[in-house]
Amino acid sequence: MRRDRILLAHGGGGTLTRELIEKLFLPNLDNPLLKPLDDSAVLVMGGNSYAFTTDSYVVKPYLFPGGDIGRLAVCGTVNDLVVMGAQPLWLSLGFILEEGLLLADLQTIVESIRTTATEAGVQVVTGDTKVVERGKCEGLYINTAGIGRVMTPHPLGAARVKPGDAVIINGPIGEHGVAVMSRREGIAFQTNIVSDCAPLWPLVQPIVNTKADIHAMRDPTRGGVAAAVCDIARAANVGIRLREDALPISREVRGACDLLGLDPLTIANEGKVMVFCRATDAERVLAAMKAHLLGTESRIIGEVSETPPGMALLRTTIGGERIIDMPTGEDVPRIC
Amino acid sequence: MKTLVESIAGLSQQLGRDVKFMEVCGTHTMAAFRSGLRQLLPGSVRLVSGPGCPVCVTDPGYIDAAIDLCGRSDVMIATFGDLVRVPGTESTLERERAAGASVRIVYSPSDALVLARECPSKNVVFLGVGFETTAPTVAWAIWRAARDEVRNFSVLCAHKTMPQAMDALLRENAVKIDGFLCPGHVSVITGAHIYRFICEHYHIPCVVSGFEAWDMMKSVAMLLQQLADGRAEVENEYSRSVNDFGNLAAQQLMDEVFEPCDCVWRGLGPIPGSGLAIRDKYAQFDAAKALGVTFREAHINPLCRCGAVLRGVATPLDCRLFGRPCSPAHPVGPCMVSSEGVCAAYFKYERVAA
Repeated sequence: MRRDRILLAHGGGGTLTRELIEKLFLPNLDNPLLKPLDDSAVLVMGGNSYAFTTDSYVVKPYLFPGGDIGRLAVCGTVNDLVVMGAQPLWLSLGFILEEGLLLADLQTIVESIRTTATEAGVQVVTGDTKVVERGKCEGLYINTAGIGRVMTPHPLGAARVKPGDAVIINGPIGEHGVAVMSRREGIAFQTNIVSDCAPLWPLVQPIVNTKADIHAMRDPTRGGVAAAVCDIARAANVGIRLREDALPISREVRGACDLLGLDPLTIANEGKVMVFCRATDAERVLAAMKAHLLGTESRIIGEVSETPPGMALLRTTIGGERIIDMPTGEDVPRIC
Repeated sequence: MKTLVESIAGLSQQLGRDVKFMEVCGTHTMAAFRSGLRQLLPGSVRLVSGPGCPVCVTDPGYIDAAIDLCGRSDVMIATFGDLVRVPGTESTLERERAAGASVRIVYSPSDALVLARECPSKNVVFLGVGFETTAPTVAWAIWRAARDEVRNFSVLCAHKTMPQAMDALLRENAVKIDGFLCPGHVSVITGAHIYRFICEHYHIPCVVSGFEAWDMMKSVAMLLQQLADGRAEVENEYSRSVNDFGNLAAQQLMDEVFEPCDCVWRGLGPIPGSGLAIRDKYAQFDAAKALGVTFREAHINPLCRCGAVLRGVATPLDCRLFGRPCSPAHPVGPCMVSSEGVCAAYFKYERVAA
């Protein structure tokens, strides 16, 4: 322990990130609000419930096909509120800028933050700026925190997922991760894929309005769909089975993943939501999702069962079954 | 696919005995696990993995040498990603990078050459690990560096060739193999003829296989058919990419830059003529010579059974370290690190619910 150091993989959202949380952060900081480790904490004030979350953005490069670090910094944080069933209301915005950053780039990013915030229905209400010496960060890093008001009749959370639930997703997976990688120094390749980065409240509000029995939602960002189902299977102590032939994956994403030796299930998304709801409500939720532009390709990709507890499985196209494992975290650093 | 499954079941019944087929390519291993193909085979047909994962068969002494090198302030290591997490005696390249060493992940040797041009103050050392599949790209980078006089580029060379390892396995005879699924990617370069000695000397059937699940199923059916007919031939299931003689330009380039040498394989030990060394003509691009690298004997955890796993003698489940403490997050041996490693495949896709 004494000589161990932080590795890049500790930031990958996989096994090593979880170890850091369980062995270092929780023992020191544990409290009932932190403990569920959901995407946001849920705070009760004056009879209302509010979701509160924070996230930092270090994506490289900071401009990528389909978005930029500013759009990401709004979407990532509001989506962590949204998956708790909360309508995003307010954001904080902290910049760490590198000496020498082009003002024109900063301008582009701030304008992108403005338009994305409008799209998401949030206001930036407080902020901070720091500048570090050239070479101490790559262009800029952003931290945002967000507050939203919980709109579901009961709180959502990974631990509430039950056997019999259906698993729904709003469209093709892996696009954000592949889009960013396609512009990464050293692996740049030609592709038409753009990041799916989008604020999800406009899609999720109609889902909440269906009054369907929703147990949890997840935005499968770092670690992709694989990390999301592993997390939920473990938190709810249930088995989750996805069907490979039902997973929406574009040919381009599949091709890029084959080329780079990656599993599309582990690639990051920034505009996807996975909904875990009672199976009998699934069609109603699906209809609401398909009616929205961000959900036209929504489909049921799997279901929840009692066994095997704590594990996620994939029914493969050829009829076999394999484990979906928590990504270790080193695959593709810095995609968000 | 359903008819393939049925025909395999039929052939296996007709044969009336248990058979063991070895795949000697990490990509086959991973494809078999990821597609769930192993569960579709009848109990009488077993797939065992051979020494086909390039990172896994790399001698730990090589990892230690790379770690020693990255400690030098004038050196930048460029490597494929799999290698950075492989444990050497005391550390990994990943840990050394966190402690300040210059270690870059690249996706091809030509990217390493680009790094060398961009960083003239560093000696950029590419870690040359892999079989006939990757060796030509490394040969190209060395040839190009020589042509363009890029003096700060070199390769720490541990390239290996597959047929000699298959021969060594068969001579050792510790595991009885009824047929080989031969590696498609390697064969694209070498041609399918390189496996002929296996049929002639050992009377064991070989099928060069592609990497889709149905490729592999079809290859299994072809192997069973050969056994049923009493034949032992090299057949080519992957004819859309592989011919008998391979890619002659790539072979020529390899021959220009490399010469055969004796080489130590993890698990198999030293195998005569199974390695590729950089020819004297290109000695200035041989990191071992140019930078004076010394290879020491590495100390590996005596309980780690990667060596036996690589020979097909043991499965990962036979290893006491499997799962705890050895896991992809905290690997003890290379087979748990590499995305093509057998232990990683077992752990990721088939471990029994704990």
